[in-house]
Amino acid sequence: MKNPVFLGALTVASLVAGAAAAATLDDVKSRGKLNCGTNTGLVGFAAPDANGDWQGFDVALCRAVAAAVLGDQSAVEFVPTTGKTRFTALASGEIDILARNTTWTFSRDVDLKFTFVGVNYYDGQGFIVPKSLGVSSAKELDGATVCIQTGTTTELNLADFFRVNNISYEPVPIETSAEAQQQYLAGACDAYTTDASGLAATRATFEDPTAHVILPEIISKEPLGPLVRHGDDDWADVVRWTLNALIAAEEYGVTSANIDELVANPTSNPEINRLLGTEGDLGAMLGLPADWAVKAIKAGGNYGELFEKYIGQSTPIGLARGLNAQWTEGGLLYAPPFR
Amino acid sequence: MTTLTDPPKDSFRLGMLIYDTRYRALTIQVVALFAFMLLAAWLINNTVQNLASLGKPIDFGFLSTAAQYDINQTLIAYDNQDSHLRASAVGLLNTLLVAVMGCALATVVGVLVGILRLSRNWLVARIMTVYVELFRNVPVLLWIVFAMAILIESLPAPRDFRGEDAPAAMLFGDSVALTNRGFYVPEPLFARTLGDLPVFGAFDISLDFLAILAVLGAGLFASGLIRTRADRIQNATGIRPTTWYLRLGVVLLPLIALLVALGFHLGYPELRGFNFQGGIHMRNSLIALWLALSFYTAAFIAEAVRGGILAISKGQTEAAAALGLRPGRIMSLVILPQAMRVIIPPLISQYLNLTKNSSLAIAVGYMDITGTLGGITMNQTGRELECVLLLMLIYLVISLLISAVMNWYNTRVKLVER
Repeated sequence: MKNPVFLGALTVASLVAGAAAAATLDDVKSRGKLNCGTNTGLVGFAAPDANGDWQGFDVALCRAVAAAVLGDQSAVEFVPTTGKTRFTALASGEIDILARNTTWTFSRDVDLKFTFVGVNYYDGQGFIVPKSLGVSSAKELDGATVCIQTGTTTELNLADFFRVNNISYEPVPIETSAEAQQQYLAGACDAYTTDASGLAATRATFEDPTAHVILPEIISKEPLGPLVRHGDDDWADVVRWTLNALIAAEEYGVTSANIDELVANPTSNPEINRLLGTEGDLGAMLGLPADWAVKAIKAGGNYGELFEKYIGQSTPIGLARGLNAQWTEGGLLYAPPFR
Repeated sequence: MTTLTDPPKDSFRLGMLIYDTRYRALTIQVVALFAFMLLAAWLINNTVQNLASLGKPIDFGFLSTAAQYDINQTLIAYDNQDSHLRASAVGLLNTLLVAVMGCALATVVGVLVGILRLSRNWLVARIMTVYVELFRNVPVLLWIVFAMAILIESLPAPRDFRGEDAPAAMLFGDSVALTNRGFYVPEPLFARTLGDLPVFGAFDISLDFLAILAVLGAGLFASGLIRTRADRIQNATGIRPTTWYLRLGVVLLPLIALLVALGFHLGYPELRGFNFQGGIHMRNSLIALWLALSFYTAAFIAEAVRGGILAISKGQTEAAAALGLRPGRIMSLVILPQAMRVIIPPLISQYLNLTKNSSLAIAVGYMDITGTLGGITMNQTGRELECVLLLMLIYLVISLLISAVMNWYNTRVKLVER
């Protein structure tokens, strides 16, 4: 019987039929809701709070896009995705945008047919170990058991790192970061590896964060950013420029506190005026209202505000700006001009 | 002489395809078949075209590119520079390993529980009922995750075995270590090994293992000859010669001689660095998956066994008892052989279920075929359709093979009617 093949074809055909509908912006507008793929739960980046509302740095980007497109930052349906399910969810059209600390790589961009619209966090892969293990460098991990989230670039980086350094290890593949924490804390693995930001976020949830140390080696470049499907450039532009608006807003000193003031009394800086829609018609070019960027920024604040609120030094996660500072401050954040 | 005249022959008209009941059923079937094939063709064509327009035509070339990821449990040699195809083969062997181990344990437990559930001992029968209902009515995924959680949380980490005053200790004279990373047990080693035999350059088979199998097979064959001879003598004279020591010796002596010749000794696990080194490492993902699948499936097998036994009329038991057979022998010589023909068909489907359920392995990070080909490979290459098609094909072939073997066994044990 050819049933299995037939059913498989049926599944894929329906998947592809979903993906073939190109005008995501119109879909989102007519649906009145943005479908946003996030992590299944990574404190600081995407996790439900005590009230069940999704909060975090990645979540804030989706809210900003929803605010820009629909004028309502709460019009977002969050779809938790694992490292394995995320690309299928995006390719099938189940989600409009994937904001789940996903590394921008060549093959994902080119071969998997996605469009990375930018970088919202420059990260790198690191290791966390218990202090009691007495390890101070990742190169001392010869023979160690390493927990790793499966279906991610970290898996490949890890294999490369141990091969280059000619040491052995035992990989323990794990589906979600919650399971990884359980195994790591129980001592079923000596070390846990993922992006350094994720390690910091994970450590913040431990009972005694000081008993664990993140090793100094950063073994990879991990530019994390939101991505959309290939072939829908209008939608990619909307997401790209919403992200750029948040970054530019920080650069020009536009915050959620002073934005109403700046809209009411336009400044002499034309760049700010164009960003806020008081001059020019950038919004219309995107197919959005003139105040799209105002709404996006008011949703949670500019890039710097979001960073401080969810993952900055004052939070339990305590990440420094580092590479993620504005280019004027020695970082890599550099929004193209709004004109 | 009478002449038989044929009934007048109607010439065939097209309308008869619909109005003539002789042809109508056939017509409907042909039309339905065409409609089905059109639908299938449309779906496949649609898929292929859409994939092509997405720039992802169906292509299995990715299987020969380097996999670049590591797998912890490998039954054949593998490293991250090997191809995706080989990574899939590693996963397939892991699937087969847990399926074979699972079917074996599930059968043993299932048969025992099924028989004990019919025990006249109230307590034993009730305990078995509780077991069956408990395992049958909770999803197997939960059992797998539960077993894994217990292994991780309740057993000591390897570092607990270190030091003078260690909180954990190895069992059986420092030969077995139960840790939350798995069980470390002694491994068989050969001082004068025969080496490995490469097969098609793809993987190696240990010649020691083959030699042991050959000697064991020969021993069992010789033992069978002795039994046939004993049967013949018993049929001729009525007296059965005592043969158990002969049969035992024929199997064991050559085996022991071979093991001594090969320099057999055990390699014990030893705590070095972060982990135990040496010995066989049964990872807790394998153990959790194996136990959960086995005990879950055993509950169903127990019910099949109980049903099979109840299907044998009580007269059989009474007749056997009247002949003076002990209860244990009644079960093994009279009841079970007859019950087998009732038990085998549902047993086949339980074996199939267990094998297919093993695809839940990813829940505990066991790298089976779903974890490698359908997991990491699919994720890293983005070839969903190709991977899923291959996976379905592989599971289909495994299932059909199990069915074929079990059906062959079924025809052997089924009642020969005269």
